Amino acid sequence: MPAPIRLRELIRTIRTARTQAEEREMIQKECAAIRSSFREEDNTYRCRNVAKLLYMHMLGYPAHFGQLECLKLIASQKFTDKRIGYLGAMLLLDERQDVHLLMTNCIKNDLNHSTQYVQGLALCTLGCMGSSEMCRDLAGEVEKLLKTSNSYLRKKVTLCAVHVIRKVPELMEMFLPATKNLLSEKNHGVLHTSVVLLTEMCERSPDMLSHFRKLVPQLVRILKNLIMSGYSPEHDVSGISDPFLQVRILRLLRILGRSDDDSSEAMNDILAQVATNTETSKNVGNAILYETVLTIMDIKSESGLRVLAINILGRFLLNNDKNIRYVALTSLLKTVQTDHNAVQRHRSTIVDCLKDLDVSIKRRAMELSFALVNGNNIRGMMKELLYFLDSCDPEFKADCASGVFLAAEKYAPSKRWHIDTIMRVLTTAGSYVRDDSVPNLIQLITNSVEMHAYTVQRLYKALLDDISQQPLVQVSSWCIGEYGDLLVSGQCEEEEPIQVTEDEVLDVLEGLLVSNLSTPVTRGYALTAIMKLSTRFSSVNRIKKVVSIYGSSIDVELQQRAVEYNALFKKYDHMRPALLERMPIMEKTATNGPTEIVQTNGETEPSVLDTKHPPPVTQPANQVRANDLLDLLGGNDVVPVIQTTLPTKPASAGGELLDLLGDLSLTGIPPMTAYNKNGLKIEFTFERANPNPNIAVITIHASNSTEADMTDFVFQAAVPKVSRHSLELILKCLIMKHSRVNSLFNQNCATVF
Amino acid sequence: MMRFLLLFSRQGRLRLQKWFTPTPEREKKKIIRDMTTMVLARKPRSCNFLHWRDLKIVYKRYASLYFCLALEDQDNELLALEILHRYVELLDKYFGNVCELDIIFNFEKAYFILDEFLMGGEIQETSKQIVNRSIEASDMLQETMEEYMSKPAF
Repeated sequence: MPAPIRLRELIRTIRTARTQAEEREMIQKECAAIRSSFREEDNTYRCRNVAKLLYMHMLGYPAHFGQLECLKLIASQKFTDKRIGYLGAMLLLDERQDVHLLMTNCIKNDLNHSTQYVQGLALCTLGCMGSSEMCRDLAGEVEKLLKTSNSYLRKKVTLCAVHVIRKVPELMEMFLPATKNLLSEKNHGVLHTSVVLLTEMCERSPDMLSHFRKLVPQLVRILKNLIMSGYSPEHDVSGISDPFLQVRILRLLRILGRSDDDSSEAMNDILAQVATNTETSKNVGNAILYETVLTIMDIKSESGLRVLAINILGRFLLNNDKNIRYVALTSLLKTVQTDHNAVQRHRSTIVDCLKDLDVSIKRRAMELSFALVNGNNIRGMMKELLYFLDSCDPEFKADCASGVFLAAEKYAPSKRWHIDTIMRVLTTAGSYVRDDSVPNLIQLITNSVEMHAYTVQRLYKALLDDISQQPLVQVSSWCIGEYGDLLVSGQCEEEEPIQVTEDEVLDVLEGLLVSNLSTPVTRGYALTAIMKLSTRFSSVNRIKKVVSIYGSSIDVELQQRAVEYNALFKKYDHMRPALLERMPIMEKTATNGPTEIVQTNGETEPSVLDTKHPPPVTQPANQVRANDLLDLLGGNDVVPVIQTTLPTKPASAGGELLDLLGDLSLTGIPPMTAYNKNGLKIEFTFERANPNPNIAVITIHASNSTEADMTDFVFQAAVPKVSRHSLELILKCLIMKHSRVNSLFNQNCATVF
Repeated sequence: MMRFLLLFSRQGRLRLQKWFTPTPEREKKKIIRDMTTMVLARKPRSCNFLHWRDLKIVYKRYASLYFCLALEDQDNELLALEILHRYVELLDKYFGNVCELDIIFNFEKAYFILDEFLMGGEIQETSKQIVNRSIEASDMLQETMEEYMSKPAF
């Protein structure tokens, strides 16, 4: 059997492959050779074969058959074997395979090896991928090794202990005695890893935290020495002595000083010193400053120090280095809640960052800008943000639009300004506006009673220009449907009223219905708007014609609406004016806007905007009923709740049905007795239709317990204007004595129109 | 702590992968795909930080290799740039004017050096000289063995 080819030879060969297929062939051939070599239990070349396997694994090919071989290498006496064996274990094994437990004994032996480099290998492997079981078994060994004076080993053992604590937190107590003189080390590697160990313990246990608070003076001293010390060739990075250690100490100080006045006071001076003395020309100095700022903001520092920190961030914002600007914006975002006024001072710089070329910076700047908007600066900020909305990349537009709406709603100085802002967003970024904004805007417009004429006029003009942006079109059609009479009569006060005839308006709406650009939802809006105009315009015949045409539309939704409107014309004309009258003012309930911060960059899909505003004030009480009603729509739970005041109806069998709808909830409603008098008992049971959960099936059980027959039993249902009704069965029948009649009643809830 | 470190070429070929938390094989492949796509799509003058899931990704290009490090929320991004730089310096000292080919043909050495610098997602040694000395001493142990066997180990 010829010796298996060497690793470098294999790498060279594989790199000559010109296609993926050629490479795969070479790899398969070599794998076969390696497999047979493994089968022969060849000790001499095992190391070489595993090394080759690891290379092939990195190229993406399966290598699991080498796992046991790695264990054999680890158990070997040769250092070379162990080196490759442990590397293989770290790459090919993890705690998901039971095989890894076989390593435990080897590691235990190697932890006590005479050569420190072998001990180092074992510690490294344990500290990188030791499972909880392994950690439990070997914690004793680790604890023993912590006492070593060998600095090479000590730093590795310390990090191993950190790993053990992460995997098995209950074992933390075990390492407490070893922390006694942890900080009196001179060796930086040991010192650094010790600080990491202390940090891990303090983060996990409040008891440990209070126990280690006494170390603050020592930490302060070490930090001071690092800053004041002269040039140390071993640890110098661009003129700064061991920045890695400095940053780690600052982080530990942050945790120790967090909710403790005394500790915070003890570190005030050193923090101020670092903040003012650190060289900022290179990245390394700024890294330390950054950590210092984070620490200052997190502990109970005095106000002077906090202002210093924010000013440092402000200076970062003007730095040429993009990374530093990004980091500044991120930090300011974290502190904007607690130090709002201080951050406000840097508002103009932040707003300038909106024009930065870098996508990550732009996003941060946008989020921060929204957080800084308040009643005083709303006009100025909105101008900048709208300009940003015009010119930004499409990935930002949805979040920006939502942010603008939220800010406008909270701080609008006037209703006119508010409507103008909305118009601006709809016309410039109309296709990126979230679908749930449409009902929100409709509610807003409805409630601004004095602006109705102005609003509908502007929306109409926008429609004439462009019908491609669906949210804009939907809001416009709704408004025209509601306020078309104001439009035609030219009543606008805010600006020059335009001259438009009823036919022109209907032309536009009909245009929406036939246009390829309109989505089915938009078409629904348009048709309903046309229908509403039948009570506001005089050209009823034209409307009747349109409605009857769509009675045979392919689109089921459109067809259904048209058929019902037709029915309204034909059989229920007396109800039409009442049904289609002006919408009342809607009570404002919680705007379920996005509240969760999701930090994103330019590349990933932006999910929701960070709103650092305090959560919107929720209107209590009445929310429940309309909420439940809309819950039947299922799906998107960001749909804002729009409450309508239910009109009072005379009490009747149908009237009680009205109340029932208000209590309809998703989780099933117990059956209820609606009426039980004079021998007639009416019961309602509720369930959701299968398969369409948007339909609630209400079954009415009517029973007659008298001796006589009951005749002329008429069933009628009256519905609130909010929901559309699909009446499956109007019952007119005879109820025989002592019998029950069940009738099914379907309630189909559609979107608010 | 750091979660993972990846090295890949401008064509997206992986040159080194170090995972500091247990991750299933399939997940690793997906993460590598995501990282290479995201990082390679970045414009030349962009900042070196990205957000991905709940992690901060710090990347830097050195010649034809991209170094990509994933951090948790608490970690310092600017320092991470220094960590990457330090690793490159260590490789450079060891190989002498390191280039991608060195790392391709001596990937196991790259791992050994990394394992003397970082461990369990934390920095193990902050002194360049000490790391270099440890690697040299380990290599000596290996060479002694090879001399004895009078052939290269692999």
